[in-house]
Amino acid sequence: MDIPRYWRLKNQRYRMRGKKCIDCGYLSFPPRIVCPECKSRNTEPYEFAGRGTLYSYTTIYQSPDRFDQMAPYFVGLIDLEEGVRVTAQLTDVTLKELEIGMELEMVIRQIYEDGPRGPVLYGYKFRPKFAEKVKV
Amino acid sequence: MRKVAIVGVGQTPVREHWESSLRDLAVTALRDAMDDAGTDTVDGVCVGNMLSGALSEQEHLGSLIVDYAGLDGVEGMKIEAACGSGAAAIRMAVKAVASGLMDTVGVVGVEKLTEFSGKYSTAALATAADADYETTMGLTFVGINALLMRRYMHEYKADKNDFSIFPVNAHQNAVHNPDAMFRYPITENQYINSKFIADPINLMDSSPIADGAAAVIVCAMENVSQFKGHPAAILACEVGTDTIALDNRKNPLWLRGVERSVKKAYYVSGLGPKDIDFFEVHDAFSIITALSLEASGFADKGKALQFASETGIGIKGGLPLTTCGGLKGRGHPVGATGVYQVVEAAKQIRGEVSEKIQVEKNNIAMAQNIGGSGATVITTILKKV
Repeated sequence: MDIPRYWRLKNQRYRMRGKKCIDCGYLSFPPRIVCPECKSRNTEPYEFAGRGTLYSYTTIYQSPDRFDQMAPYFVGLIDLEEGVRVTAQLTDVTLKELEIGMELEMVIRQIYEDGPRGPVLYGYKFRPKFAEKVKV
Repeated sequence: MRKVAIVGVGQTPVREHWESSLRDLAVTALRDAMDDAGTDTVDGVCVGNMLSGALSEQEHLGSLIVDYAGLDGVEGMKIEAACGSGAAAIRMAVKAVASGLMDTVGVVGVEKLTEFSGKYSTAALATAADADYETTMGLTFVGINALLMRRYMHEYKADKNDFSIFPVNAHQNAVHNPDAMFRYPITENQYINSKFIADPINLMDSSPIADGAAAVIVCAMENVSQFKGHPAAILACEVGTDTIALDNRKNPLWLRGVERSVKKAYYVSGLGPKDIDFFEVHDAFSIITALSLEASGFADKGKALQFASETGIGIKGGLPLTTCGGLKGRGHPVGATGVYQVVEAAKQIRGEVSEKIQVEKNNIAMAQNIGGSGATVITTILKKV
């Protein structure tokens, strides 16, 4: 049980907080100490809006043990509107609805439970853009 | 820098070796390679391994293997670069010998993946990816490759069934390799009908987890006459790297790690893709074979499948691939795989493989070992002496 790691990553998993390079403006997610573009260490936190489009996806049938109760489930690569790509599970969607290029938005969901007595891990997943699914 | 050569090779069959321990496998392969070279000592041992800590509860492999191989007092260390650990260990040996720091180095790649259930090993293998941002999302190693394959099919309008050319060829060659895990052919139909592991990747796209060890003895070219093993010159053994996470790459379908590694290998050897007689490609998944052929300069972007069918990848083809079965047919004991590839390439050059899989043009061999989804890539070029 790696409690410090859960705690350390809370701003990434709940807020999708990455980094912006103060010198060149480059955006990173995950946050990096060194800007991959200009190598500066002069960076500030940057929260991504959590909207993007689907770059690729797969259905995981053979899952690691801790994800067993959810398998099969979808994992995708999402191109955020800020120009950064992230990996996340896809939720509230069926295989038939999944399509490369579809618009997605971030939601906070349960990722897994760490055993019957362990904590529940929450974090970002992506779902089809709400306004598109339900006409308001 | 001194020129270097391989003067000894050894390997255990790739199997579910329930009767043999990690150390037994490693020592057997290493001692076989030393016997082949005709030497009973080396200056150092480089051990390629990925998961001994996770799956055998054993680290400190350098000392363990040196001890049990009867090499008391010799320097030994483990080198880890995920599935690229084997060739990474060869790279370290080449650096030591080329620089003159050591004269003779034993390299052994060893892996034991069948101690626990397949699911447990799957989770351990996923540690090759970014633990905080890929694996914690429930992404498996197969899943990462599935994301690549789906995008490849989308961008290049590739037909899933056309990928069958790679596993069908690998299995065909494995039939004639007594050390291969799957010594039976498969058909295109079997490929099409096999079950998904992470779609679009099915069982026949995926190399199997396995146990095994392979070893080579690396020495200075100027000293080859001191050994009895027939030498093969190492013209290049070069590393290229890329971001650990797939999502951090601008174009995931272009393996920059492969490109960087082959560019260096071509540069130091003075060769190009047209000079390569056969290629031991890292066919962990069919999609990786395709991406490797493109980034290595054999096929144009998006044209790997067309290249494979037009050029021919069989033993008598224009560019024979995975001549002893590859990762798919021989099996993929991850940290040992890179050494198996080089052992097989050296045996082809020596003319020591079964007649049915002996390539006719065996002057220049290339082997490419890929760690993770392409974050560490080692390309080795061997030449007949």
